[in-house]
Amino acid sequence: MSAGLWNYMFEGLLVTLQLTIFGAILGLVFAFAAGLARLSGNKLLRGMGFAYTEAFRGLSALVVLFWLIFVLPTVFGVQLAPLFAGVLALSLNIGAYGAEVVRGAVRAVPQGQIEAAIALNFTPWQRMRKVILPQAVVAMIPSFSNNLIELLKATALVSVVFLSDLTFGAQLVRASTGNTAGTFGLLLVAYGLIALVFTTLMRLLERRAAASLGRTVPPGMIARIFRRTEASA
Amino acid sequence: MNWDWQIFWDSFPRLLDGLVIALQATVVGYLIALVLGLVFALLRRSRLVWVSAPVGLVVEFIRSTPLLVQLFFLFYVLPQFDVHLSTLMTGAIGLGVHYATYISEVYRAGIEGVPQGQWEAAKALNLPARRTWTSVILPQAIPRSAPALGNYVIAMFKDTPQLIVITLPEMLTTAQGIGSETFRYPEPITVAGILYLATALVMSWIARIFERRFGTVRAA
Repeated sequence: MSAGLWNYMFEGLLVTLQLTIFGAILGLVFAFAAGLARLSGNKLLRGMGFAYTEAFRGLSALVVLFWLIFVLPTVFGVQLAPLFAGVLALSLNIGAYGAEVVRGAVRAVPQGQIEAAIALNFTPWQRMRKVILPQAVVAMIPSFSNNLIELLKATALVSVVFLSDLTFGAQLVRASTGNTAGTFGLLLVAYGLIALVFTTLMRLLERRAAASLGRTVPPGMIARIFRRTEASA
Repeated sequence: MNWDWQIFWDSFPRLLDGLVIALQATVVGYLIALVLGLVFALLRRSRLVWVSAPVGLVVEFIRSTPLLVQLFFLFYVLPQFDVHLSTLMTGAIGLGVHYATYISEVYRAGIEGVPQGQWEAAKALNLPARRTWTSVILPQAIPRSAPALGNYVIAMFKDTPQLIVITLPEMLTTAQGIGSETFRYPEPITVAGILYLATALVMSWIARIFERRFGTVRAA
């Protein structure tokens, strides 16, 4: 494999990482906006949050991506930069799943905490910011960690619309070397390793966040591989 | 606004054919996932580390790599080993193996949810291991898993557009085909999106009914 081909792969890796990181940031914004909207007292906001989560959980990210790339420019004359279209499609999708996580975590905060905040005469904003979210966010991290891996996996979809990510680079390598099994095998291992890095980072975050509330965390990916839950017999 | 309603309506019949193929891939893939998922879940519980650890590694690996790349791998690499499958089977196997790794976790949770006393009772009745599993544990574990299992049918259906990369003529592939024939992409892609969304919503409605009816463990 020549230096030029390695270069394609490296640039593809950068695109994949950019898509994952920017997608995660924008996805978080959608997740919090929609998740909190669904808990709001306002009927309109609740309805909008519900419509968003149901629609994007019911659609494949690939279909949304096709729509942004092929429909938006011809019908509405809006041409998005390809990388932005990719980030937007992925984050709209993952944000809908994240919204459910946000909603569940906020609702899981014990009622007594909210009553205590009311008793202390906190405003609704203070209640959310100082009492509910600090506890809810800790509960969100394990699910967000899974969502991040789902997002990483979904970034491979952009190669279908010819964005030059890691998978696209591998296809070029395969086309020019003819080594199919080796290229795709290596590509799978590469994704596995990136996922491992992301899970490890999220584990650190999870552990720190849990420690801040005086809790411990259940075993992670590596421990799960070696896990052997004994039957009582 | 540049929109051709004629092509919009004309796209429906062919895309519905694509929908049927997508549903076929989902059903076959789901059956594979249900069986293989149980195999994964049971092997990971094995007391032999050289069984449970490699299976665990494989499951975590498949779960953290993109389905798209796994499909490429199956589609291009299997023929090199003289395994020639139809694209529908290749797609169904790809979906099935990928989702088996998720479903094995669902079974695991279901198995762990069976109360300890059930294991002890099976032991006290001197049931052999096989009967403990088939008559005591699994009949209680699987209904417990039903709600989450239903969600994975829908998730799997939503991943069928990825089969476009192995040229299976499902909906998105068909939409692209109509686009290249008529030079109009927006309408067929929008129709495909509507059909995907409608099907997924109907499926989640059915899953909810199914869950309500069968999702409870029979009282002892």
